[in-house]
Amino acid sequence: MDLMRVFTCGSVDDGKSTLIGRLLYDSKSIYREHLDHIEGKDRVGDGELNLALLTDGLKAEREQGITIDVAYKYFSTPVRKFIIADTPGHVQYTRNMVTGASLADTAIILIDARQGILEQTRRHSFISHLLRVPHLIVCVNKMDLVDFSEKRFAEIENDFAAMAKNLSFRRTTLIPISALKGDNIVNASASMPWYKGKPLLKVLEESEVLGKAAIGTRFTVQYVLRPQSTDLHDFRGFAGVLRSGELKTGDKIKISPSGNEATITALQYSAQKTDVITAGDSAVIELDRDIDISRGDIFTKAGESTKETSLIKAQLTHLDTQNLKLNYAYYLLCGSRKVKAMVKSVDAKLNLADLSFAPTDSSAVQLNEIAEVTIKTAAPVLFDHYADNWTTGAGVLIDSQTNMTAAAIMFIGAEN
Amino acid sequence: MSILRSHLDYLESEAVMILREVAGQFERPALLFSGGKDSIAIVKLAEKAFRPAKFPFPLVHVDTGHNFDEVIKYRDAMVARIGEKLIVASVEDSIRRGTAAEEKGKFPSRNAIQAVTLLEAIAEHRFDCCIGGARRDEEKARAKERIFSVRDEFGGWDPKNQRPELWHLYNGAIHHGENVRVFPLSNWTELDVWLYLKRENVELPSIYFSHEREIIPYMGQIFPTSKFIAIDANDRLEKKRVRFRTVGDMTCTAAMESDAADVDAIIEEVMTTRSAERGARLDDKRSEAAMEERKKTGYF
Repeated sequence: MDLMRVFTCGSVDDGKSTLIGRLLYDSKSIYREHLDHIEGKDRVGDGELNLALLTDGLKAEREQGITIDVAYKYFSTPVRKFIIADTPGHVQYTRNMVTGASLADTAIILIDARQGILEQTRRHSFISHLLRVPHLIVCVNKMDLVDFSEKRFAEIENDFAAMAKNLSFRRTTLIPISALKGDNIVNASASMPWYKGKPLLKVLEESEVLGKAAIGTRFTVQYVLRPQSTDLHDFRGFAGVLRSGELKTGDKIKISPSGNEATITALQYSAQKTDVITAGDSAVIELDRDIDISRGDIFTKAGESTKETSLIKAQLTHLDTQNLKLNYAYYLLCGSRKVKAMVKSVDAKLNLADLSFAPTDSSAVQLNEIAEVTIKTAAPVLFDHYADNWTTGAGVLIDSQTNMTAAAIMFIGAEN
Repeated sequence: MSILRSHLDYLESEAVMILREVAGQFERPALLFSGGKDSIAIVKLAEKAFRPAKFPFPLVHVDTGHNFDEVIKYRDAMVARIGEKLIVASVEDSIRRGTAAEEKGKFPSRNAIQAVTLLEAIAEHRFDCCIGGARRDEEKARAKERIFSVRDEFGGWDPKNQRPELWHLYNGAIHHGENVRVFPLSNWTELDVWLYLKRENVELPSIYFSHEREIIPYMGQIFPTSKFIAIDANDRLEKKRVRFRTVGDMTCTAAMESDAADVDAIIEEVMTTRSAERGARLDDKRSEAAMEERKKTGYF
């Protein structure tokens, strides 16, 4: 069984929570008690279950009938385990949407068939593109309210294609649905025989899981294991994650930022000796020589061309209620590395109308805004373009005074 | 040649990564151990993360005094086997000190007041991080919680002001007096935990498996009899073959009738059941937002 990470987003009242409720309901992933619970509640529409109650987990959400924070839901079919992040539609909770989207392989964006493409649709599509989510599924919802019209679906299809033509998705799929009625969710809709594609669950189950790009070999050191027992007196194991690539016993590695090289003498995966580890593995690496290596260092394969920089150009999504502060002490957390960092300049801001970055005179970046910035770090960091390697080309800025996670950072250039 | 990893491999690597982030980011972490299957899975994952070295944290058991004997026996045997340090924080002590008050009634639960004992243990040992076995699939408030979840100095959770948590980047920076609750099993389901325990051949407390026990029917469920609950003349006690699906206090954990005598049978049962795991927990049934309210006041 493999695993797919999905996130859902859309405008307010597009029916995201209802859609997920429907997936869980129709795939029989809802426990009896939870079902009894929603069956006892007020119905919506013409007597349909209020499936949104299944995902809105906070009291404030149920009171207001909106989603504030990401809710994670899990379901499995015989072939695949799904992790679903249900993310908020309201603009003031965009930071929570970014949280839910960051690890996703697949984005589901909902559009209300009556409304068509709204500013939030543009924003969510663009953020999905920015985060390099490989597969975008557009669910045109509430088709029951436009008489299941093929013409209306075609209009939205055209509008969407025009908007998304410069976005980076490796695959896009459009599906006309009614989350409330269950059309094209698990089973093909009898009301839309003109739709020849698969229903949503089939698309989710049968699509190959496309990973985000992660080129090169990158092992991030989290912790050094030193048992210091009599029988393992000299043991030093570098515990961390192989974020991309493959490593074998005998491989020569280069350590960032020191530039030192060493040879792998032993590998441990799942507490057992092994000869090879692969991308995504938590592992322990032993080396043939005693050199200075600490938490935050990155191993690459010797011979791979890598770049270190302390002046980074990046795309930034602002996550803090306080505006972005220039020349202020943040930390950049990247892999397991945490270095002091300052934002030196705001170079451009995203214009949502045409989805392009344009130079700006204003350096004020507010909550939920997207900008291009230049960041200076107190020590050099390994540079990977986010589009080449999302595992090491991404970071967050942490406010050194409030400790808040202030901004999401995606590397796009090295200035030195 | 590329190596194929299963969803359990993925979940294991993620949990190990999270445990190592704890080791790397905190000065005085602790692993909260309840004796339930989820915390047993975390101990196994900690072995994966840190062997051949020792754990960089002690195990902490918040002992309500209402535990199943089998669980305490299991705990002590396990700690001896893995050779790690165990700290027991006792709810009895909190009651004696007068910082926690015993509930009254037929099923007096110490579930809520164990938060008091936990906060006292955090203060006494100056823990800056507590690892717990909570999963997001258990309950709808838990489905909202981050993997690194910051608590204020009162142990409170502010669900409307959680830190964004992107990619695999976990921000554990805190002010003095705050602490972080860390949940390595966030993305696991009940079934995933059982599949993993089977794969790793992990021993479990006997109460998880079918056995004969005296029970008392209450509110449509069956509860184990014990000296902690008030049994009166109207109660109809019965003997049944049961097992426990979740392990909490004897006063608030319902049993289920089951013949599942081994892990394979339990997996079969979990795959086909339509009842929620926490449906067996009386403490969750008190109101719709019972879990959210308890989390805001320092509960796990």
